Amino acid sequence: MVLTEEEKRVALEQTGSILENYPPDRGNLIPILQQVQEKLGYVPLVAMEEVARHLGVPAVDVYSVATFYNQFRLIPPGKHQVKVCMGTACHMKGGHIILDCWKRRLGIDVNQVTPDREFSLERVACVGCCTMAPVTVIDDEVHGKVTPTRVDGLLFSFGVKIPKGQQKEGETVEQG
Amino acid sequence: MSRDKVIKENFTKLQQKSRAAWESLRERPLILVGTATCGRAAGALEILKVIKEELAKSGLEASVLEVGCMGHCYAEPLVTVYKPGFPPICYGYVTEGIAARLVQDFLGGDDPCLEFALAALEANDMVPAFTDFPRGMIEKNIILDKCGLIDPENIEHYIALGGYAALAGALGRDPGQVLEEIKASGLRGRGGAGFPTGRKWETCRLAPGEEKYVICNADEGDPGAFMDRAILESNPHQVLEGLAIAAYTVGARQGYFYIRAEYPLAVARVKKAIEQARQAGLLGTNILGSGFDFDVDVFQGSGAFVCGEETALIASMEGEPGLPRHRPPFPATAGLRGKPTVINNVKTLSYVPHIVERGARWLRETGTDGSPGTAVFALAGKVINTGLAEVPMGTTLREVVYDVGSGIPGGKAFKAVQIGGPSGGCLPESALDMPIDFDSLSQAGAMMGSGGMVILDEDDCMVEIARFFLDFTQKESCGKCTMCRLGTRQMLDILEAITRGQGKPGDIELLLELAEDVKAGSLCGLGKTAPNPVLSTIRYFRDEYEAHIKERRCPALMCQSLIAYYILPEKCERSCDACVGSCPVEAIYTNEDRIKVIDQQKCVKCASCLEACPPQYKAVIKLSPPELVNEMGA
Repeated sequence: MVLTEEEKRVALEQTGSILENYPPDRGNLIPILQQVQEKLGYVPLVAMEEVARHLGVPAVDVYSVATFYNQFRLIPPGKHQVKVCMGTACHMKGGHIILDCWKRRLGIDVNQVTPDREFSLERVACVGCCTMAPVTVIDDEVHGKVTPTRVDGLLFSFGVKIPKGQQKEGETVEQG
Repeated sequence: MSRDKVIKENFTKLQQKSRAAWESLRERPLILVGTATCGRAAGALEILKVIKEELAKSGLEASVLEVGCMGHCYAEPLVTVYKPGFPPICYGYVTEGIAARLVQDFLGGDDPCLEFALAALEANDMVPAFTDFPRGMIEKNIILDKCGLIDPENIEHYIALGGYAALAGALGRDPGQVLEEIKASGLRGRGGAGFPTGRKWETCRLAPGEEKYVICNADEGDPGAFMDRAILESNPHQVLEGLAIAAYTVGARQGYFYIRAEYPLAVARVKKAIEQARQAGLLGTNILGSGFDFDVDVFQGSGAFVCGEETALIASMEGEPGLPRHRPPFPATAGLRGKPTVINNVKTLSYVPHIVERGARWLRETGTDGSPGTAVFALAGKVINTGLAEVPMGTTLREVVYDVGSGIPGGKAFKAVQIGGPSGGCLPESALDMPIDFDSLSQAGAMMGSGGMVILDEDDCMVEIARFFLDFTQKESCGKCTMCRLGTRQMLDILEAITRGQGKPGDIELLLELAEDVKAGSLCGLGKTAPNPVLSTIRYFRDEYEAHIKERRCPALMCQSLIAYYILPEKCERSCDACVGSCPVEAIYTNEDRIKVIDQQKCVKCASCLEACPPQYKAVIKLSPPELVNEMGA
């Protein structure tokens, strides 16, 4: 994915201000990347290069850490992040069915973003809400006991309407 | 003045101040709302808002506290009301309407709204208490005892109820004495492997070097386990106190909490706890005037299951990919930054203050000889009372499932209990009377693990659950060892084929062979235990594997490729169209007899129609193998 010059500039600026708080110690690598992701929502390549320079390590080391851990996202996320729990309890209570529903409704696969950048879809290992299974987390808000109809309801609460009989498979329709 | 007198005096001052604050809180009615992650998912924050609004509207005087998780997660949101003249009563399944009535009728009037009460917290003549129920006879709360009863963000509550007294006591003693106490208690690590905690501490204490570290491992990665999250969200100070005692014993001056990034609330509450402990003089330099310096930082894990393994955890804290390394040297001699490091699980550290306070012999009164103390389980899956339970070691699985968990919902039949997460195994009905402890579980082919317990009923396919866990470990394998990286891939391919109905004769034998190889050829616990779910399901449920392979049939009607949904014409009510509306892909149509029919080509097998069909008709069924649909129509 190609970033615009503006996006690159913002990324570099934010990364720079984060790096000011950290001495150049390799042990700070993961906290720095977490901060970058918190600020930008993802960890772009330019930021990784900047972090590598600051810590005095090869850029490939930073890349290997950023790609090893599931937490780091390398592309900008959607405005709303949908995370479907794939833990044991959720799985046994139909988590995969819920994931299928999100995929179908958003028209994207896991780790993708809708073309309008409104939603991104991720799977998480377990959010520790097993008693509320199956669980979907949207923007840090946990929704328990999700059903296929609840998926539609949640989308509706974000202003996405799925008119009966009109949508093609996997198409989302903006309201208004 | 002698050193231990100074410590005692400083701590007594702290304790008195805290007790005064706690008692002043109890002078007015007190409402507790459980706002741990599970409560929030059930809408606890809205309940909290309603209670505050109602109080403001009515002008009633009452304190409202956000507390952690009591373990009764099945009944979230939970509200507990303390009103002078009444026993403390806990209300479950609280809605906004119930919350409003509790304020208006109970606080405003004298109607305790017993129709909504779950149970009282202590025995009384008015309401049955939790201890009056069968689970009350079995449960014994040691490390969960304050969870859900105190504000986790207020250190005074913890101190008022006896917290940090163990730390103050330990600081007044020689570290060697504290170590002997822990060793004598026989405490074993609750992270899963059950390594004696005292031995770990001793190794670290004797290791040469000035600089040492203690780390609390809260990288609870097992899917289906949430005990550590609940403890950190409900009573973080207990863990912090345990960590400080560990540091004093081994001679560390710096400690870390390694917490999963997926637990934002736990991270926030632990950070707050650390800050409060610093302000109270329980962390930092010269703690309570003892001359002991200790401080703690939080390190957030980044979503790699393998980092629950000690050496991988250290690698990630050093800014490397989380790859485990050869042991020895063990972290207790060469850990973080090459320095001696003790790494203990959240629950292990939670026991420490209790042992130091009440003595090694006290812990040994509970549990079995080999595994003293209690076990904390997170009950989830097909069980009525999901949530947390703390039971003495040696309790049988049957007691946990049927007495604590109240059995299987919907009158379904019990099939298996999955214990120990992806490293554990599935135990069948015949193993239910086995006492739970570290040793008996591993003999049965499962393992204690960190305490996740998922109950499976007749609708759960054992091949599918084995595939699920292997899919998890395969994805989480760090890739260092060939057998773990590629062996689990091969096993997963075979299992996927079986669940799709493409299994071949000999697949079971091949799985068994590969499982042994993966175990033998892996460095760390992840690979060594990854085949356990497969091995245990083959051991106890081989017939299900054979049905998949030989008959292309899923006996539990779960594997999506092997089932079809079908509407029984004789049961369809015709004028009802609940299923039509529920179908997300419009696969259901009405035929000339007004009977609903599923277009198998369009069906995505999401089970919406099955759930939508009113229970008095029960017209939608699942069939396996899917070809049966054609026979039904004929």
